[in-house]
Amino acid sequence: MSDPRYAIGIDLGTTHSALSYVNLQASDGEKTQHGVLAIPQLTAPGTIEELPLLPSFLYLPHADEMAPGENNLPWQQSAEEQTGVAGEMARSRGATTPIRLVSSAKSWLSHPGVDRRSALLPNDAPEEVTRVSPLEASTRYLSHLRKAWDQAHPEAPFGEQAVTVTIPASFDPGARELTADAARAAGYTNLTLLEEPQAALYSWIQGSEGRWRKEVKPGDVILVVDVGGGTSDFSLIAVLERDGVLEPHRIAVGDHILLGGDNMDLALAHLVARKLAANGTQLDAWQMRALTYGCRTAKEKLLADATVATWPIVVPSRGSKLIGGSIRTELTREEVSTFILDGFFPQVEAAARPAVRTRAGLTQLGLPYAQDAGITRHLAAFLARQVGATAELEGYAGKQSAEATFLHPTAVLFNGGVFKSDLLAQRILGTLNDWLYLEGAEPARMLGGADLDLAVARGAAYYSYVRRGSGVRIRGGTARSYYVAIESAMPAIPGMEPPIQALCVAPFGMEEGSEIELPNQEFGLVVGEPVQFRFFGSSVRRQDQIGDLLDFWGPDELIEMNEIQANLSPEGRQAGDVVQVRLHAMATESGTLELAAVANDGQRWKVEFDVRTA
Amino acid sequence: MNNSSQPLPSFFSRISIAIGAFFRALSDAEYAARLTRIDDAPQPSAAPVAPPAPAPVPAPVPAPVTLRVATPDAALQLLSLFQREARLIDFTQENLSAYSDADIGAAARVVHEGCAKVLKEHFTIQPVRSEAEGSRVELPEGFDAAAVRLTGNVVGKAPFKGTLSHRGWRSAEVRLPKLAEAHDASILAPAEVEL
Repeated sequence: MSDPRYAIGIDLGTTHSALSYVNLQASDGEKTQHGVLAIPQLTAPGTIEELPLLPSFLYLPHADEMAPGENNLPWQQSAEEQTGVAGEMARSRGATTPIRLVSSAKSWLSHPGVDRRSALLPNDAPEEVTRVSPLEASTRYLSHLRKAWDQAHPEAPFGEQAVTVTIPASFDPGARELTADAARAAGYTNLTLLEEPQAALYSWIQGSEGRWRKEVKPGDVILVVDVGGGTSDFSLIAVLERDGVLEPHRIAVGDHILLGGDNMDLALAHLVARKLAANGTQLDAWQMRALTYGCRTAKEKLLADATVATWPIVVPSRGSKLIGGSIRTELTREEVSTFILDGFFPQVEAAARPAVRTRAGLTQLGLPYAQDAGITRHLAAFLARQVGATAELEGYAGKQSAEATFLHPTAVLFNGGVFKSDLLAQRILGTLNDWLYLEGAEPARMLGGADLDLAVARGAAYYSYVRRGSGVRIRGGTARSYYVAIESAMPAIPGMEPPIQALCVAPFGMEEGSEIELPNQEFGLVVGEPVQFRFFGSSVRRQDQIGDLLDFWGPDELIEMNEIQANLSPEGRQAGDVVQVRLHAMATESGTLELAAVANDGQRWKVEFDVRTA
Repeated sequence: MNNSSQPLPSFFSRISIAIGAFFRALSDAEYAARLTRIDDAPQPSAAPVAPPAPAPVPAPVPAPVTLRVATPDAALQLLSLFQREARLIDFTQENLSAYSDADIGAAARVVHEGCAKVLKEHFTIQPVRSEAEGSRVELPEGFDAAAVRLTGNVVGKAPFKGTLSHRGWRSAEVRLPKLAEAHDASILAPAEVEL
């Protein structure tokens, strides 16, 4: 294959996707030639527009809904692809016909409670709608982006370029693998995955054109706060100095929080809708959508300009009588600040923790949205959990006082459209600096100049570029250590679960391309009989080595994930035979983690993270 | 006289073709020569790959101006965008006398916001003159009279000095959506039926 001409970065977002690129031949060192691809998409039947973002929505139209040829794209589509429309029209159509709209496919892809390869979206669709799986929906968006590229750059086919797709830092190995599978199904060959907060930092580095070396110094701890449309994601990146060269290390990632900017707009819309309902005006789904847009604009205006006390919102009539039928209402500064600032960004203490309600007995099949809307509370919990993240880092000893109750960041980088409102960024920074002040630490500074909407896509393209050898690279390896449960050899006590031990099968910080074997531990697996293991991950136990056996651990240290499964297919063996295997952990070049069972004769079987709940 | 499969041009487009040919023949000798060849040549029974042949001889009338016929598709498309984003057709089809100014004002916000969005997304609109309105400007000889209109005491010759009363607007770029082959642009907004 010929050398790639472009490094392509794809932000596969919950609500929007984007494609950015770096021209490799025209770039040198930290001077890059880059751009964002305008993505042709349907905006109305028979109407194609090129927009910088592709809304991550898939609409599955009824056979009679559109005239023939009205949903054609400027490229060839398979019969399967023609059953759905991705992009702006999907989003606007879906508002009036939600039963045919697939949205938040990415959140479903990371939802451990469902079989993500089974056709279950839209999850409230009636029988006759042919549903798609979260995997399939993601594949469609990725495929749309690939074809848009191929159409715009026939001279540089997508399959021959270096491609990076971003994922939330909080994605577990199963969700990472599914994203890679979706990309492969969409025809991606040269694929690498990159965590979104890292992409945001890459974009900031790229945008500074070398000045970043003056803005950060060895010993800095950069907190990346990424609040996207549907998820919030935190990461900590320490700046080390090796041989006189600055080297950022990603040292910690947060948990998966399903809470984002769209939730805020929707919450505001419900607030206004309740006000209207109190005056006897009921809104339908179509009007709710218009109201949500209105609320977003009003929120941005009110949060940006302190002199504005109220902002009018008009919900247009559904029928053609615009003047008589429209509903006028307004949002006040007070409502926005109590609702958004105090609701989503409350000024809490460093000891605050997100509230966890016990779930009702029956878990319904829906997305596991964050139960506490306070992003600052999630942040407090994250920093406290990571208090020891820099303890063993070179050059960080003694930087933080031993009494610190949370990790002290020295700089903050914001990402996500929510932070177009400077007030929200200032609120988080102010709250964090209050915590730091109380522990006698210097205030953190804000790293400015980020491109809030496109940073992730741009940073991903830049990463594809630096992977080829030029420019700075963020180190870090895997963000968690992983364990399987082993039943301990203790006599069973009636009424109690047999106690388990946790066996470390993949340590923290495995570098891409490395493979390690679990020593001294062989498992006898039966050919043809799948074996499940309980599986745990930890974002704090940095010191555990492969093969370490834990007898007990702190309540928040190990998080149980979906079971994993080893299935020894009977190739070349008798079903029923017992094979002695060792577990191997691999951090692949493309950014996924793989576990394999390896027999003494070298035969390998993949251990599946994504066990189908039949 | 034309057996090609292309449809024959309509009467009105023939006028514009004729006028175009007239002016081009005057200014372009080679073109005129080609026209003569068309007239002299015997008509082939089956048309070869005919270039879009200009119709016969121009009428020898002193045609005053060449008028371009704007294609209706782009206009319909723009109307459709204004309706979709700004409800402009709904707004202009209503009788204002029945409503209070407050009601009209509320609707005007929808129209204003939407129209602004359409203009921003599909055109790059820039002022013709970058100076502030009210400031003195000087127009050198040979200024673009299409981009700057002189008003008031229009006498003498360039350079003209005067006050800028309107900056003017120029569309530096037009980005209209592409339409599917079969798309009926005359439907500005489809009727909606909720099931």
